[in-house]
Amino acid sequence: MAHNVNFDLSHPRVEAGLESPADEEGVHDSFSQLIAEESQKEGPSDAIELQYQQRNPEDKDRDNVAYLSPSENRRWRIGSDKTGEEDKGRQTDSLLKDSWSSATLKILSSMPSRTIGRSRGAIISQYYNRTAELRRRTQRRASIKDFSRSARPSIRGYGVEVDTTDSAEKKQERLIQNLQNLSAVDRVRLLKEMPLNLSEKKSLRRLTLQMTKQTRSSSNLRCCSYLKFHIILALRHSWYNCLSFLHSLHLWQMPLKRVSGRFGSGVLSYFLFLKTLLFFNMFLFLVLGSFLVVPQAVYPPEQLENRKSFTGLELFTGGGYFANTLLYYGYYSNHTLHSCSKNNISSPPKPECDSKSLSYNMPLAYFFTIGLSFFVTCIILVYSMSKSFGQSFRIDKSNGMLAMKVFCSWDFKVIKRSSVRLLSENIRTQLKELLGEAHHRHIRSTISDKLVRLVMHGLGWILCIGATAGCVAVIYYFSDYMHKEQLKSSQNDSGDPELLKEASLLALPVLVSFINLMLPILFQFTAWMEKYNSPSLRTFVSLSRNLILKVSVLGVLCFHWLKRVAGSADNNKAFKCWESFVGQELYRFLIIDFIFTLLATLFGELLWRSFSDKVLKRNRRPGFDIAKNVLDLIYGQTLAWLGLLFAPLLPAVQILKLLLLFYIKMSSVMMNCQAPSRAYRVSQMTTIFITLLCFPSFLGASVCVTYTMWRLPSSESCGPFRGNKTMIQAGKQRIVELVKENPNLYFLAEAHTYLVENPLVLFVGATIFLIVIYFQSQVVDGQRKIIALLQEQIENEGEDKKFLITRLQSVHERKRTPARNLTSQDSGC
Amino acid sequence: MGNKQTIFTAQQLDAYQDCTYFTRKEILRLFYRYRDLAPQLVPLDYTNHPDVKLPYELIGSMPELKDNPFRQRIAEVFSEDGEGNMTLDNFLDMFSVLSEMAPRDLKAYYAFKIYDFNNDDFICKSDLEKTLNKLTRNELTEDEVKMVCEKVIDEADLDNDGRLSLEDFQHMINRAPDFLSTFHIRI
Repeated sequence: MAHNVNFDLSHPRVEAGLESPADEEGVHDSFSQLIAEESQKEGPSDAIELQYQQRNPEDKDRDNVAYLSPSENRRWRIGSDKTGEEDKGRQTDSLLKDSWSSATLKILSSMPSRTIGRSRGAIISQYYNRTAELRRRTQRRASIKDFSRSARPSIRGYGVEVDTTDSAEKKQERLIQNLQNLSAVDRVRLLKEMPLNLSEKKSLRRLTLQMTKQTRSSSNLRCCSYLKFHIILALRHSWYNCLSFLHSLHLWQMPLKRVSGRFGSGVLSYFLFLKTLLFFNMFLFLVLGSFLVVPQAVYPPEQLENRKSFTGLELFTGGGYFANTLLYYGYYSNHTLHSCSKNNISSPPKPECDSKSLSYNMPLAYFFTIGLSFFVTCIILVYSMSKSFGQSFRIDKSNGMLAMKVFCSWDFKVIKRSSVRLLSENIRTQLKELLGEAHHRHIRSTISDKLVRLVMHGLGWILCIGATAGCVAVIYYFSDYMHKEQLKSSQNDSGDPELLKEASLLALPVLVSFINLMLPILFQFTAWMEKYNSPSLRTFVSLSRNLILKVSVLGVLCFHWLKRVAGSADNNKAFKCWESFVGQELYRFLIIDFIFTLLATLFGELLWRSFSDKVLKRNRRPGFDIAKNVLDLIYGQTLAWLGLLFAPLLPAVQILKLLLLFYIKMSSVMMNCQAPSRAYRVSQMTTIFITLLCFPSFLGASVCVTYTMWRLPSSESCGPFRGNKTMIQAGKQRIVELVKENPNLYFLAEAHTYLVENPLVLFVGATIFLIVIYFQSQVVDGQRKIIALLQEQIENEGEDKKFLITRLQSVHERKRTPARNLTSQDSGC
Repeated sequence: MGNKQTIFTAQQLDAYQDCTYFTRKEILRLFYRYRDLAPQLVPLDYTNHPDVKLPYELIGSMPELKDNPFRQRIAEVFSEDGEGNMTLDNFLDMFSVLSEMAPRDLKAYYAFKIYDFNNDDFICKSDLEKTLNKLTRNELTEDEVKMVCEKVIDEADLDNDGRLSLEDFQHMINRAPDFLSTFHIRI
């Protein structure tokens, strides 16, 4: 960066004739006002001085005059390069001078850029500009210069009408007029955004509404715009009521406040993520419940097998008493439900039922409900991911780490005194690190150091990946073994008691949860051994290792369920209803995962805290590992999404699990953990978590479900898609039947055949989509270039300012030294 | 949602709802918080716009602000008299700007004012030094403070006048995604 000018206003000369910058009279809100005022105050002497010097060809300052500004230097340079540089040298020397005259300092202190943003009048004029801009924008398309958010009253880009010498009241009137002409939504948004006092905002609003009423009553409104006005008011009112209601639900507001007060935004983000997942599951539960569970519950199918008695084990295994209930796929009937054929399900409905009763096509409903819930979840996820990404990703990648640390790292949510102290220590450490980094950057590590570090990292990665692969293989073979055992035992009907058989189903979930618990500890140990340089790299590496583990575990489990279990459906009577079996498996996995989390929280955090308090006698409690806990949440949610097709009531189980988990984790954190001692970049990590929720987790689940519906033959004896076809084929058949019954839907079926199934349409759609994405990325590139240009422009303006100030100063000084200049002027004119 | 309260008229509540980022219920809840600070000073009836100002000591004793090193500056910035004595309007304004829904530019404007200790509309070196000392509770050495101030001005000052103007500050805030989540008080 160039030399800094020392505009030190506390210089002794300042007190002399200087008006305080806080003086309202000295404040301006437009350039023309300043120029007018200055030309009145100072008189023409300085300006004429300058003109004389310009006209005088023998003046030694001719070079100075031609050298107007560094930016225009390239165009205007008259003398040789040497004189230009010499002049520049002289100029930079003069910038370091302290002895500005009082007149210069007076001018400096009343420059528009120093007064704007301070006074109320300036803010009103700025917002007048913005409302005018908004009006113009709604009337025509936005042009490329509409992105400026400068606080300076820039003359460029706003048009001449803005830069007037009106008084503050006039400006306010114009602002009110502009506000009145905006739509109600825009008006409210602008009012809220204005950095004015609340009482001033209220008075602006009152005046605007008064004027609106006057114009409305005075003009003859057409009936439709009058109606539109009232409809918009009513909508706004109902929207506010809706918001009030949602906010009054205030789920967990006080616990979240306590957590954020004590631990800051990082740990809070975990609980907010949990709350988001809870809302997703509530939505799924509502949709599936209202379209699938309730109709089937009202018209239950005939029970073919006897219901087993309830033992406590069902809560864990999901089988037994729960086996043939609403919980699983197998319970749902595969024909149309009619309201009159309540008792007589297996035979076709009586003819007199058709006309009067309500009919509900269960297979179609199942098909479309699952598809709809996945589709809506996808849209919500992509929307929240893109919003979060947009907030945390910035276009220009210039560095400014220290400034950002100083101004943005204080977490205003932290309330507790000890946490505040920890936060101060944290910031101090980070600042010291950044300073140290700046100093030690030139110290290079030797090659042997680098090699050693590389070897350590390589070893660490090999260890982790090897452990993951080993565990995945163990799961593969164990699941194969368990599967074969179940096939054998169902064929032989051996003398093993029922309960043991049921309990053996729990073996696989217990193994998987155990692996999920132990391996991250190994990863932590490896990371501690490896000694990373930067904490963010360490976080990313640990996150990616955990992610690889979870993805591989889920992958091998999906393979096991979709290939082995589904494949053995025709062989064995135990797997006759393989979808229900898979649903039970997923239920078991969810429950066992929850139990293991509970145990880990209790034993991990509580025991470790008492151990470190009593035995090690340290004052530091364990920190809360946010990344690992969030990954556990994502894993649980993936299981819930996978199980949606096979167990429609699984979202209810997940809701219960999340509710209990919230309270358990909250109490554990409050009792056992302390505020984090490391920096945690909240918005970046939140974006990463939402992306992880969308991409591996949701995408994987939807791919598995799509594969199941598309390729796997559904079981013959249970579920809404009975018959040895895939679910999609069964669904299509149902649709064909429906179309045959109602000829009105014929065009829908035709549209489906020609649009959705036609590969050409899909290809063209994908191409258009890709073109739009490419276009947007080019726009982003262009904006990056514009930002660089604007930055250069601001620097140039700074240079201009410096030049003008030094010129003013030198002119003023020349006026003071009377002899030489006076004689030269006399001879000149 | 029903108009059972008698503290504000419906128009007053509508005006508050339009000018702050709070809903009706939150405004009432904040009024009760304001009143709890000094029940004998704050009347229960605001329909005739009483002129009640709570002194800074009461505002600074709120649990949300008690241990915040910038509480005095926050109160000064949002109060009408510049001394920290707040009316109900100032109180609502303060928590509205510090709430979750306030946009980045508005927060940046007020953050700039908070960090500008001498109210000259520029964050100069002395302002930066005071900010740093409040952040780190005076635990950095003089040299470190000086180095940090120089580096910060170097990084953030775009027009090279040796101090940060509002534009420089806003430009830097735009590049910091965490600002929205840290400049937020839950009430």
